[in-house]
Order: sequence, then structure tokens, then C-alpha cells
Amino acid sequence: MLQAADVTFAYGSRGVLHRVSLQVPDGGFAGLLGPNGSGKTTMLRVLAGTLKPASGEVRLDGEDVSRIPRAALARRMAVVPQETHLAFDYSVLEVVLMGRYPHLGTFEVEGPRDLAIARQALEATGTGALEARRFATLSGGEKQRVIIASALAQIAGGEGARGSLLLLDEPTVALDLAYQLETAALLRTLQRQSRVTIVISTHDLNFAASLCDTLVLLREGRVLVAGPTDDVLTPAHVAALYGVDADVARHAAAGHLVVVPVRRSDAAP
Amino acid sequence: MTPIRRRLATALLGFGVLAISALVLAPLVGSTPISLRRAFDRSVPFADNVDAQILFVARLPRTLSGALVGAALASAGVVFQGLLRNPLATPFTLGVSAGAALGAMLAITLGWTLDRLGVPAVAGASFAGALAAVAIVYALARARHRGLSTDVLLLAGVTMNAFFSALILFVQYFADFAETYRTVRWLMGDLDVSSYAPIVTALPLVLASFVAFAWVARPLNLLSLGPDSAETHGIRVETAQRAAFFSASLATGAAVSVGGPVGFVGIVVPHLVRLVVGPDHRVVLPSSALFGAAFLVGCDVVARTVMAPVEIPVGVITALIGGPFFLWLLIHRHGRTRTY
Repeated sequence: MLQAADVTFAYGSRGVLHRVSLQVPDGGFAGLLGPNGSGKTTMLRVLAGTLKPASGEVRLDGEDVSRIPRAALARRMAVVPQETHLAFDYSVLEVVLMGRYPHLGTFEVEGPRDLAIARQALEATGTGALEARRFATLSGGEKQRVIIASALAQIAGGEGARGSLLLLDEPTVALDLAYQLETAALLRTLQRQSRVTIVISTHDLNFAASLCDTLVLLREGRVLVAGPTDDVLTPAHVAALYGVDADVARHAAAGHLVVVPVRRSDAAP
Repeated sequence: MTPIRRRLATALLGFGVLAISALVLAPLVGSTPISLRRAFDRSVPFADNVDAQILFVARLPRTLSGALVGAALASAGVVFQGLLRNPLATPFTLGVSAGAALGAMLAITLGWTLDRLGVPAVAGASFAGALAAVAIVYALARARHRGLSTDVLLLAGVTMNAFFSALILFVQYFADFAETYRTVRWLMGDLDVSSYAPIVTALPLVLASFVAFAWVARPLNLLSLGPDSAETHGIRVETAQRAAFFSASLATGAAVSVGGPVGFVGIVVPHLVRLVVGPDHRVVLPSSALFGAAFLVGCDVVARTVMAPVEIPVGVITALIGGPFFLWLLIHRHGRTRTY
């Protein structure tokens, strides 16, 4: 169980998060939604432990994440940032193998098992053919999938029975529609078959609706509403969040809620 | 065998053979031909054995100091490039050499000759100057940020370089001709040590930083992803950055105290090595140390022989090779999307 309690965070004097609380059960799939600047990415970084909240705390199975040793946390929790720029010209396989570093002893190098795990992760994300390519030469979508593969390698075979977690920041930004569907399918499989707990931040309501069990709507750093996707994704909440009148309906073929923005609402929040 | 193990083994073997060949061959080459049989002839007293004197007093310490300085500067360059996430950084980018130069020039101008603990005053003063520059740059980079900001580190380093250079000119203005000449010679980078003392003093410092390099190699790979991702991959970023900064500065300071600020070794060698073995710091670091040793020893052979009997400072040779190479690198870098 990943929990945030009353998390407040500021960059300098500019407050970004105000008493944000949320919880994601083991095996859950949660989405942080909100317009640009609502604090989604910051919240994700706080959940990942890379930002320390000014007040409040983040707990993983009841333990304060800032007290969990970094390497131990890394074996359970992987983070996929929105964009990755490498300072040096690593190959795709090298990038994915970096996911294995938290599992290695101080001066140990990757062994055959790590290599097997990395190749498996590449296969799972459909990037097996890119293995020998230079990461910098890939398209945005390919990079994204390779970084997801690296994250999968990172949480593979980790801390025994305790569930692992995957945090993704705006996973759809670099992806065209086909890869969005593919990524969605991959994440769904991970959640259902491997019981990976997943948290994504996104501004893509439909992508979130197609995947998430629970949603947290953030507006100006505060929780507007949180709960099961079907309860949260209503025309009233969309209007309050974006100032847009929208139709929300269950799409028969896709099998999830779909949000269609219709017009800017006059009663902007 | 996994790719990393294979690459590590191949690279260490290849560059190791290169370094050992350079170390063995370089003392045999020079403007005066020597006979090994006579050099090792125990029946002739050392004072009368010219071959032995050339070998053991002139060429061997020079070769060894070249190997030490080359290995230290090349691997320190790798660490600074990884730390600053910038393939164009050098061991001197953060002001280490300017601090060392100021120290050396103060020792020369003020006529310090005291040999403390057997260390020549100029070497000791340059090392102290290097440490002072490092301390100031580190304090500046810490002051503005909670962690260690590599941007501020870079700016502070560049500024300190300029400031120390101004101080050097200021001191130089009051120096007499002979002192100025010695300073300029020092600034060119020269391995003409004629004694084992500087090598023996610098060796433990360089070895200590190599131990730290072995530890920071893997974190440097992760830092390439950016500090946030490095942290979510399980390292304490600030600890790794601090270890990288101080160990690379120590190696640089020790190297500069032996041979002066020999330029370009710290950038040419890492880039050539990366072209051969790829960017993984765990392979690049030991390879660069070995190739750096071979490269500088080789450059020094050229420096000793190309205009014999005149010996050119080795820094001139490395700059003549390194300058055009650096330009080629810049053009090459812009021509492609690859990072180097």
C-alpha cells in the first residue's frame, strides 16, 4: 500500500502541493489527473521519494519512504520520467541493464541472469529488435518504451513477496495512438498478471479512464476529488477541473468511460 | 559471458598491453642511444656508467611520471565529464589547474625552496593551490543549493579559472625574468622530473582516487540519465557527486604537482577510448587510465626526440595533437545527433 498523507511542497516560496492525501492499494492502478501546473509531476516525484515534502509524508507499507534505503526502494519501485536525455551515447541494452544496478553488489557487474531479465523486459515492451541501437537515435516513442523496459528490469525479481511499484510521468506524451494502445495493454498486463502497483500522472483523461481503477484530480496543488474512476470522471468534475463542458459516456467497444470536450464552460472555476 | 564482462576483459587486455609496451619501450628511446647491457653492467660503478645514469636518472623517472600523470589526468577527465554530464569537460574545467598554477608561481616567485617531507616546494605549493581552488568551487556550488548543483559547479569553476589567471598575471608582473621563465615553463607542462621523489609522493594520492573512481563508475552511468533518475535507480546522488568531484580533483592536483597542467590528455584520451569501448564508465575509466599512461609516455618520447637534442615540453606536444582533435570533435558532434 502506497499512501501520501497531507503532503505539502513548495519550490521556494511558490506552493505547489497543499495537503495532498491519497492511497493506492497493492496491485492498484491510480491516475493523477489535472491541467498543466496542477502539481501532478511534483506529486509523482514526492511519491518516488526524490522530492522531500515540506510537511506530511509518503508511506510504503506503513514505512516512511524517506527512511527506506535508496537501493532497497529502487529494487521495489521504478520511475519512468516524461523524457530521458542521456549525457553519453549508451546502447539500448546498456540503458535497460542500468535497471539491474540496484540488484548488484558494490563492485559487481551484470551477470547472465541480469542479461536474461533485461532481454525479457525488451521483449515485453516490443523493443527486442532495438537492443544494439544507440538510445539517442531512437524516436520519442521508442525511447519511452525502452525506459519502461529498463523500469521492468529494475523491479523484476526484487524483494520477494512484497509487491513492486511502477510510477510513470505522462507516459503518453511521446506516443502516437498505436503505441498508446500498446503501452496501455502492457501496463494492464503488468497490473493484472504481475500484480504491479501502478501510478501514472497524465492530462489525458481517456488514457486514464481506460486504465485506472482510481483517480485523483488535482487542481492548483489540491485534491479536487479522488475515488473510483467511474465516480470521479463526471461532467461536473471535468468542468470544475478544466473549465470545459464535456460529455462523459461509456464507450461500448472500448469498454471504458470516454470524455469528449464540447465547449468552454462560461462558469469557469 | 555478458557483454560488460567481455568488454571489460578485452579493453583491459588491449589497453594494458599498450601501456606496458609504452612503459618498457620509452626508456630505451632518446636522443642519446644507450646500451642496456652496459646500463645493467654491475662491474662499472654507477658514477662512471653513463648508460645507467641516462636510464635510471633521466629516462625512467620521466617515463614513470608520464605514466602516472597521463593515467591520472585521463581518468580524472572521464570522471569530470560524467559528473558534469558534459563530454567536453576537462580535469581543468573546474579551476584545479589554475589554483595549482597560482601555487606553483607563488613558490617560484617568492623563492620557496623548503623541501617539506621531501616534496619540492613548487610541487607542494601547486598541490596546495589545487586544493584551495577545489575547496572554493565546492563551497560556492554548495552555497546556492541544497544539493550539489553541477551548473553552479561549472560556473564557479570557469569563474575561478579566470580569477586565478588574473592573480597569476598580477604576481607575474612583479616577477623578474628568470622567475617568469620558470613559471612559463611550468605552465607548459613538463615531465623532466629527474627524481623519483615527486612520483613517490603523488602515487598514493592517485591510487587513492583510483579506488574512489572504481566506486563512482557505476553511479556515473546512472547520473547520465539525470539526477532524479539516478536517485530512483538506488544511488544517493549527492554522495556520488561529492565522491566524484573530490577524487577527480585529488588525482588532478597530484598529477599537476608532478608535471604541471599538461593539457588535452583529459579530453583526447577519454573520447578516443569511448569510440573504442562505448560509454560505460566501468570500462571507460580503467581503459582511459591505461591509455592515458601510454598516450602521455608516447607524447613525451616525441617531445624528447623530435627536435633532439632540444627537448620540447610535453604539454606542447599534447596541445599540438589535442587542439586539432578537439576541433574535429566539435565538428563531428554537430554533424550528427550522437552525443560525441
